[in-house]
Amino acid sequence: MLITFAVLLIFQCIGEGLSFVLHLPVPGPVVGMLLLFFALLFSPSLLKQLEATATELLRHLSLLFVPAGVGIMVSAGSVQGHWIGVIVAVVLSTVITLMVTAATMRFFISDRSRPIKDQAEERKP
Amino acid sequence: MNDLPQLGRIWVYLAGSPLLGLTLTLCAYLAAFWVYTRCRYSPLANPVAISIALITLTLNVTGMNYHDYFSGAQFIHFLLGPATVALAIPMARQLPRVRRSFVPLVAGLFAGSVTAIFSAVTIIVLMGGTYQLAISMGPKSATTPIAMGISEKLGGLPALTAVLVISTGIVGAVLARFIFNWMRIESHLIRGFALGVSSHGIGTARAFQVSPEMGAFAGLGMGLNGVLTAFVAPWLIPVVVRLMDR
Repeated sequence: MLITFAVLLIFQCIGEGLSFVLHLPVPGPVVGMLLLFFALLFSPSLLKQLEATATELLRHLSLLFVPAGVGIMVSAGSVQGHWIGVIVAVVLSTVITLMVTAATMRFFISDRSRPIKDQAEERKP
Repeated sequence: MNDLPQLGRIWVYLAGSPLLGLTLTLCAYLAAFWVYTRCRYSPLANPVAISIALITLTLNVTGMNYHDYFSGAQFIHFLLGPATVALAIPMARQLPRVRRSFVPLVAGLFAGSVTAIFSAVTIIVLMGGTYQLAISMGPKSATTPIAMGISEKLGGLPALTAVLVISTGIVGAVLARFIFNWMRIESHLIRGFALGVSSHGIGTARAFQVSPEMGAFAGLGMGLNGVLTAFVAPWLIPVVVRLMDR
């Protein structure tokens, strides 16, 4: 567990450092995530080492959003604006984004697998 | 009645130390998770949303200010950084499937990222929103720090953007299952990735509760959309706003 945390923190430090020095628009932890991803491609043993603790940490990912969420909702009252428009836009836009992303992926996946599936079905009778 | 001032003093004493904020956060989350379990893990009983509501209510009732609360809650908040880095681990585990599905993933990423920005800006302008509101709305599908950075750079309101980002996360986490069922999409690869692209970390947290596989693809979607939005949004948002102005 300690090794996993040490590795995660080291990569976060590298990520934060790079993000700061290179003025990247991407926050440090995301840079750290991409770097660790590439590191894991070259070291399957590291992947095995980190897996147990990382899985446990990610199982409680929801909890980690709570403190910031509370802060944001506490400050939400001070934000002026017409709320009906904002609520409609947030809900509609999120639903549309989910649908477009999923439909696009399905289009490209089924495009390639369709011939195989059709053949299998043709063979049935 | 004489006991009340005494109790009040104990409360003031505890509220001054980080202990109370930390305890409150964990207990509220456990309570929210208990509700979520009792609702048979229905996405409607989103544990993040319930925890936030419980804690906000407690702060309002007791008069504890957010600063005191956060002095304890920051210990949990801090773990968000290492947890984001840890998303690389399930992603690496799913690498063979990422390779095989490279084209659908890239296509979904670009379609989703552009749709998120375009739809948010056009809808709020059609609803009569101001220029500043539209800018604050644009990057809301990206993870909070990225979205706030973009909003600030373009002259939006970063605080408002943060509210919109969290709301987008919760809306996506709550509605995704019904939308995917309705579209008859069963693949956890598509479900997870789409949820990560549109609803960042909160969507990813929800995906991890469904399956580690779905969580891995949600994490991938969140990370990639964060990076893409950081590069695309700063010029796409002004273009869409100007188009809508005509």
